[in-house]
Amino acid sequence: MIIKGGIVYDPANGIFGEEMDICIENGRIAEDAGGEVIDARGLLVMPGGVDAHSHIAGPKLNTGRIMRPDDSRMGTEPRTGVCRPSTGYTVPNCYAIGYRYARLGYTTAFEAATPIIEARHTHEELEEIPIVDKGALTLFGSNWTVMECVRENDMEKLAAYVAWGLRAARGYGVKIVNPGGGEAWGFGSNVKSIHDPVPHFDVTPAQIIRALAEVNERLRLPHSIHLHFNNLGRPGNYTTAIETLELLKDIKPSRMRQVVHVAHMQFSAYGGTGWKDFESKASVIADYFNQTDHATMDLGQIIFGPATTMTADAPLEYANARIGHQKWSNHDIELEESSGVVPWVYMRKMPVNAVQWAIGLELALLTKDPWKVVMTTDHPNGGPFVNYPEIIALLMSREKREEEMKTLHEVVRSRSTLPSIEREIDWSEIVIMTRAAPARILGLEDKGHLGIGADADISIYNIRPDEIDPSKDHAKVKAGMSRAKYTIKGGAVVVRDGEIVAAPQGRTYWVDAAVPERDMDRMLSSLKEKFERYYSIRMSNYMVQDAYLSNPFVVRAGVQPLKEVI
Amino acid sequence: MRLQIEDVLCTFCGCLCDDIRVEVDGGRIEKVRGACRLGSSKIMGHSRIKSPMIRVNGELREASYEEAYRKAAEILVSAKHPLLYGWASTTCEALKKGILLAEEIGGVVDTTATVCHGPSIIGIEEKGLVGSTLGQIKNRADLIVFWGCNPSEAHPRHTLRYSSNASGRFIPEGRKDRKVLVIDVRETRTARNADRFLRIQPGTDYEMISALRMIIGGKAESLPEDVAGVSRKELVEIAEMMRSAKFGAIFFGLGLTHSRGRYKNVDNALSLVSELNSHTKFVIMAMRGHYNVTGAGQVLAWSSGYPMAVDYARGAPYYNPGETSCCDLLSRRDVDAAMIIASDPASNLPRGCVEALAEMPVIQIDPFENPTTFFADVVIPSAIAGIEAEGTAYRMDGLSLRLRKLVDTEYPSDVEILQAILDNVRRLRDDN
Repeated sequence: MIIKGGIVYDPANGIFGEEMDICIENGRIAEDAGGEVIDARGLLVMPGGVDAHSHIAGPKLNTGRIMRPDDSRMGTEPRTGVCRPSTGYTVPNCYAIGYRYARLGYTTAFEAATPIIEARHTHEELEEIPIVDKGALTLFGSNWTVMECVRENDMEKLAAYVAWGLRAARGYGVKIVNPGGGEAWGFGSNVKSIHDPVPHFDVTPAQIIRALAEVNERLRLPHSIHLHFNNLGRPGNYTTAIETLELLKDIKPSRMRQVVHVAHMQFSAYGGTGWKDFESKASVIADYFNQTDHATMDLGQIIFGPATTMTADAPLEYANARIGHQKWSNHDIELEESSGVVPWVYMRKMPVNAVQWAIGLELALLTKDPWKVVMTTDHPNGGPFVNYPEIIALLMSREKREEEMKTLHEVVRSRSTLPSIEREIDWSEIVIMTRAAPARILGLEDKGHLGIGADADISIYNIRPDEIDPSKDHAKVKAGMSRAKYTIKGGAVVVRDGEIVAAPQGRTYWVDAAVPERDMDRMLSSLKEKFERYYSIRMSNYMVQDAYLSNPFVVRAGVQPLKEVI
Repeated sequence: MRLQIEDVLCTFCGCLCDDIRVEVDGGRIEKVRGACRLGSSKIMGHSRIKSPMIRVNGELREASYEEAYRKAAEILVSAKHPLLYGWASTTCEALKKGILLAEEIGGVVDTTATVCHGPSIIGIEEKGLVGSTLGQIKNRADLIVFWGCNPSEAHPRHTLRYSSNASGRFIPEGRKDRKVLVIDVRETRTARNADRFLRIQPGTDYEMISALRMIIGGKAESLPEDVAGVSRKELVEIAEMMRSAKFGAIFFGLGLTHSRGRYKNVDNALSLVSELNSHTKFVIMAMRGHYNVTGAGQVLAWSSGYPMAVDYARGAPYYNPGETSCCDLLSRRDVDAAMIIASDPASNLPRGCVEALAEMPVIQIDPFENPTTFFADVVIPSAIAGIEAEGTAYRMDGLSLRLRKLVDTEYPSDVEILQAILDNVRRLRDDN
């Protein structure tokens, strides 16, 4: 296949809007090729989108669906010759997730949080999501074995457990959510700061975070630790954010990437002492990112309208339910985590919501290096991912931001710096924030760019970058980005003129990390005791079996530098 | 050769015990260790349907699988609005095929939850579910409440593995470290193991829960001296028992869902637990019956957005319990054919619904004969999931586990049967 005449953006390879042809052979970008010719003359062409933080599969998704039949009724689309039926807006069914990503031009999406013991369910849902490549990050932040290793300062054993946990969950990376808080929530409390000891375990969140970051690098995992801060969602929490990032400054990355990826930064960039004097501290956070190089972030931009909040930060969900007078689901997970789900609505005239909306945009606009920023809504916490084109339009047009601000509560002008920000993001920066940066941050070498040998995941939009001024034509930008003219996944056309034309099964990425056998044996003997005494299932029934990954893609890692094993 | 298989999952009730030991000799199950009496008899097995059967002139006659698949497909294709019912005692993989089939023929998928914990699901839609895995309760709960359920007889190993008599990290002494409260309309075997038994009048669950909510909310003085036959003093003591627990867990059964108030009882109980969390830690869980009724709800939810009673007649999932649920469809004669898989509606649905079923073409897929067989028009015997076929099931707390295959069989699995019917449906469609 040859894509002819497109205006190509491939910033990872130094291509910023050049007219060129792209050749595809055997599902990869090639020097030359024959076969089908796609006429992309003058159209915007870029690598397929990569979502590095989204909640798309697992028990909390189904909890959201089951408690929200009202949401499932939104977005209903009947089956077609190609597609199974779609339902839902904030909590779409599995098929809708795949189709809607593909229509946006996205070809990869990673589930951001799954407990090991419930990973089988996550993979059951991932298997049902069509088209996109996917993976799931694994939760370690309130895990008994992790906390005991940290307390004993036994990094070899912790590395063995993390490697085993990733294998058991068929997980891709280390996710840490409100570390220690998930355990404290087991008796209804929480940790208040990164130095507040976890009840019964005699370790602090700071120690857990640092140890997991060290072990992450010891294991040379493709992705860094992926961190949801303590105190997330609370006024004044920007100090916790900076204090936590400072903890990790001296850790050396084992690969060419960050040491920590901060999940949904927007929810941790809050000033004020309470909701009354709530204000944006995005500029302080952005300054920190501008001055350091060990951290990256995704935005967690909010979108006005309905959302469904779902997180392993169970105390936060309890607070959400109380503040919003909403129905509340909670799910504690033995020895590993806790979690919650609460429906939500972000309102334009609600002062806090207006400031939250500004914070996400400020973070993207004030952080100078786009490689440190991934555009997300923390789907469906800030709003559903189908709204990404809205955010793109906002980032590219100050005029649109001004128009929007007129519809919001007036505090957006006094409690954020957004009105004074002139920067308008260009196409290259958009491609970095939605493709190149998330792929690099996740350690997906064959994604997010169009170099020879890369996965032939490509999106082509009905937008003519040479003719359009995104600053003024933001409505056209939004419309064009909402329905890809073509989405090509692994060399196959899956979307044509905004419609799904094929729905192949994507791959599931997981990381197999090697550790010395003696460490693994030592770890397993203490883990066996946990199964005998505390888990409610047997160890032999715990690991996710091969049957749940019909199309796996294994990334090798380990304590020793390893050559890629095929 | 005698083979001992460890850590087998028991496919009887929602406890989904995964520590059973099974001895197999010459392809037969010889011995089951560690299971309860109910599970043991399920795993040991009993007489099977020997061959596929098709009803001809009122009599079931043996047929080949191919003939049975074709006949089943003919029934489904010629029906205007077929019902695909059951699913609680088979694998998630079978239901996935069933949903695809329903999409293609415009049918309704409903599970046995509809006549069981369906009201609980509607309660959850109203209020959300504050829950946990069973292991969390095993390790932490110092108060266990059984409300309208009787695990001693219905979930025999529940108390030992997960709840009142289990030991865990913060409950090292097991039963001694916990208080057990039973609330029921009669003194069950479970009640005999309780520290406190509150006997209530039938149909007064809602009043009791409301009274407890008032006390927990600090409005005890507004209560009358006597609430439906229970003294205020006793209710205050019970509320205090709940509030003073470090970690409380309520397990509820059909006593809540099938007495006056139905989903409103569950809604109220969920609210009580939600409010208790302002004072201490509390969770609540439905005592699900069939081993994979939870999984059936999960598969339907991720496929359609809804956990039961999903109608595909419009090409997109439509859900309206009371309209699209099995009993309502049957009593209104709103379906004209039925495929019954891994369940026995003849014994469990209201009489009017069974009569409606008996009048329409019925396909039955099941390893065992049951009263539904008496009016089935096509009977397709299947392998027993979890014994003769692998697959996934979800425990009552939502934990997903993989069922093992213990012995070989000549019978096709539910997945294979459904695929064959789907293939025949597609072929018939192409021919027309």
